[in-house]
Amino acid sequence: MTSVDLLIVGAGPAGMAAAVQARRFGLDVLVVDDQPAPGGQIWRSVETVAAAPRGKILGQAYQAGKPLADAFRASGVRYQPGTQLWQIEPGFRAFVTRDRQASTIEARSVILATGAQERPVPFAGWTLPGVLTVGAAQILLKSSGQIPEKPVWIAGSGPLPLLYLVQLLRAGGKIAGYLDTTPPGRRRAALPHLAKALGAAGDLIKGLAWMGMLRKARVPIVRHVADIEAIGSERIESLMYRTRTGQEKTVPADVLLVHEGVIPSIHGALALGCAVAWRDDQDCYAPVLDPWGESSQAGIFVAGDGAGIAGAQAASLRGELAALRVAVTLGRASEQAAAEAAKPIRRKLDRQLALRPFLDALFKPRPEIFAPSDATIVCRCEEVTAGDIRAMADVGRPGPNQVKAFTRAGMGPCQGRQCGYTVTQILAAAEGRTAQEVGFYRIRPPLKPVTLGELASLDRREKVS
Amino acid sequence: MFRKLHEPEGAITVYVDGIAASAEPGESIAAVLLRAAPHWSRTTPVTQSKRAPYCMMGVCFECLAIVDGIASVQTCLTLVRDGMRIERQHGKRSLSA
Amino acid sequence: MQSDAIVIGAGTVGAAVAYGLARRGLSVLVLDGDDGDYRAARANFGLVWLQGKGMNMPAYQQLTRRSVDLWPEFDAELSALTGIDLQYEHDGGLAFCFGEDGFEQRRLHLQRLHNQLGSEDPDHEMLDRGTLEKLAPKVRFGADVSGASFGRRDGHANPLKLLAALHAGILRHGGVLRSHSAVDKIVPGTQGFTIEIQGGDRFSATRLVIAAGLGSATLAEQVGLHVPLRPQRGQVLVTERVDPLLPLPASGLRQTREGTLMIGATQEETGFNTTTTSEAAAHLGHKTVRLVPALAELTLVRHWAGLRVMTPDSYPVYVQSPTYPGAFVTLCHSGVTLASTHATVIPDAIIAGRLPSILDPFHHRRFDVPKAA
Repeated sequence: MTSVDLLIVGAGPAGMAAAVQARRFGLDVLVVDDQPAPGGQIWRSVETVAAAPRGKILGQAYQAGKPLADAFRASGVRYQPGTQLWQIEPGFRAFVTRDRQASTIEARSVILATGAQERPVPFAGWTLPGVLTVGAAQILLKSSGQIPEKPVWIAGSGPLPLLYLVQLLRAGGKIAGYLDTTPPGRRRAALPHLAKALGAAGDLIKGLAWMGMLRKARVPIVRHVADIEAIGSERIESLMYRTRTGQEKTVPADVLLVHEGVIPSIHGALALGCAVAWRDDQDCYAPVLDPWGESSQAGIFVAGDGAGIAGAQAASLRGELAALRVAVTLGRASEQAAAEAAKPIRRKLDRQLALRPFLDALFKPRPEIFAPSDATIVCRCEEVTAGDIRAMADVGRPGPNQVKAFTRAGMGPCQGRQCGYTVTQILAAAEGRTAQEVGFYRIRPPLKPVTLGELASLDRREKVS
Repeated sequence: MFRKLHEPEGAITVYVDGIAASAEPGESIAAVLLRAAPHWSRTTPVTQSKRAPYCMMGVCFECLAIVDGIASVQTCLTLVRDGMRIERQHGKRSLSA
Repeated sequence: MQSDAIVIGAGTVGAAVAYGLARRGLSVLVLDGDDGDYRAARANFGLVWLQGKGMNMPAYQQLTRRSVDLWPEFDAELSALTGIDLQYEHDGGLAFCFGEDGFEQRRLHLQRLHNQLGSEDPDHEMLDRGTLEKLAPKVRFGADVSGASFGRRDGHANPLKLLAALHAGILRHGGVLRSHSAVDKIVPGTQGFTIEIQGGDRFSATRLVIAAGLGSATLAEQVGLHVPLRPQRGQVLVTERVDPLLPLPASGLRQTREGTLMIGATQEETGFNTTTTSEAAAHLGHKTVRLVPALAELTLVRHWAGLRVMTPDSYPVYVQSPTYPGAFVTLCHSGVTLASTHATVIPDAIIAGRLPSILDPFHHRRFDVPKAA
């Protein structure tokens, strides 16, 4: 069994920054991450790619991750990539698997820096091969240097599709078109938050510059797309889109990339019993945290986008704050010193967070995401449709866990990561309740796959005979 | 479905359903599957519908395949190795129990 | 709102009784709690099982035996009514034995049970390893598996399909199912009972059935019945789907129609605590790998903990309130096996206003006997 002061789960911006900060106080830190190299999703493969030609394609914000990855490596932290964490028990004891070997880690405190995932967007045909998320395509570009072979369709809303389109142009990729699903009126809704956001004007200017590049490259852009369907038998062959003004078109498609924003990964926090609260501004749950990032479970911190979406820079800052507090609780720093050290970090964090209300309002998920047609698959693993969920809502007024028991939605290997919010929102709509009232699946270990053999190797009651 | 921007450095060979495919050290198996026709990784255990890598970050479990005889491997989280044998996974896994 | 009967609890027990009452033509209102309630029905293993049960309580063996025998008809009617396939199979069931000692102990245990029942034809036989291997040709058993007991009356069903079908059956027979309706207060009157739920809504009925699992004790007090209950935690593992492997369900291991393997269950006295533990997962994993080593490569997909509804001697309680006739308490932890009884014998008794003598041994007064010093 490994024993450490601090276990950090995730080696993205938050996890790396927390590790570097904690090492400054001499804490014994172990970072486990399921990815093969540090950087998280935003800086995937940054160590090897930042200086390569691909680094230029990906842009400065990507290359900016390299110094933190270097600092992380140099910090003296213990780092286990390719490691999946499947359970944490009070005390804390964490259970992980690496190279098909299970092991136990004892830690005095834990920082969950598990980041975000793209918001699942169920629509007809979204399970067909050839339909991927924009984030997935960007990961392929970062870690493998690959792009769609034929002209690609991109559908969605938010900064990521724009960034990827720009990167694709730089890489010499071909774009069939961008189906912008941002509904009309979002800019007006976002405007009141603009003044506050100007503190981080750099990011806003970047967004405008991206749009300019797309226009210059004559990327076909269809605005106010309300409805998309991927069509094909064994893979996507064509796609149909419908705009809010009723314009409908079916076009050939080889690859369709979709993106409707990102949501915090909260499975770890939920499984640990950390309190979460619904966030109307981001249409998701986020853990309830104190100003240092400590959750309702003492000794368990959440940092980075897992604490609520705020981007890579904010994630690093939150990681530093959490590590400061851990140093205090473990007696390696005084309250006063931590408060002092936190001041400049909080100032920078406030600037980052000031940008969010504007972005959240501008890219608020369109209502159609939460109301897929009856025939649309909601749970990809168990192939449960929206109609199946609605049929359950008609029988009594069940909650997500009753629906899970009766339909198998959420019972597959992804453990509700792709269907959880959709089930909640469908029930909320059917019952005239809010998503907060309806709640979420009860999340239990294993958080990541573990085999019976790996489990058996941990049995301390009897030795394998 | 996807193509690489550059010639793989130090290219290695993996086998997808027995067919040799070129791969680059450091990339995931799922990346290779998206370059190797017919571009799908598994069929579902429920209706045998075809699925391919979707999220590339370990949260959708669509990229499961059999790697060196071990079924249900998340190929987006597993890096290629020279000589690796990758098989597309059909429906429920079967056990040689 | 006035009904013939109110059933408190829409778990496997309450839903079976309510379905049976509605089936007999009564207007039935079922009051159910919330999504986050303990809900043993959602954690059930799914065996329809006789072998090994009822030590020192022959009446329970008899009740179980009778219930198992009622299952085929119960299943046929319910699935035809609702169109829901309960995935019921009754080709027998196994309990695996490790080592010669384990085999002998199992044989003696079942022999003793058989002697207590006193019937002539045993419901079980012991299978040595060779016979077991022939019975399960796809399974390569671990080195120290010595054989199994085979119960010919045993079987299994999908407990969640059963629950869904019972709910659908209640509705088909005109019953009403109300969730988010945790009961606050039972007010016995001259003409029956008035039930007040949280939020203040009230419902009345001439008959009342308390089948609220672990919540039943406090409700039973309100009709003058003291029923001692405690939770017993059971943890269950479920694997990913695999091709058909096990021909028969076994105690602690069964393959569902979907292909997943269910592994269980622990018996833990940990109070009202439904957390899962890695210790239990490791133990159950080890037990399974010892039984069939190749299962080591299977991925665990779900792990849950449920709370069994336990009485002091673990056997059911069926009782009518002597102070307030018309109020019944039905409690047990084998809700799937006993569902066929709960849907027929119990509703008949409730309608008749009198529990049959075969259920006398399940009166809760058996717990009042002072313990020997």
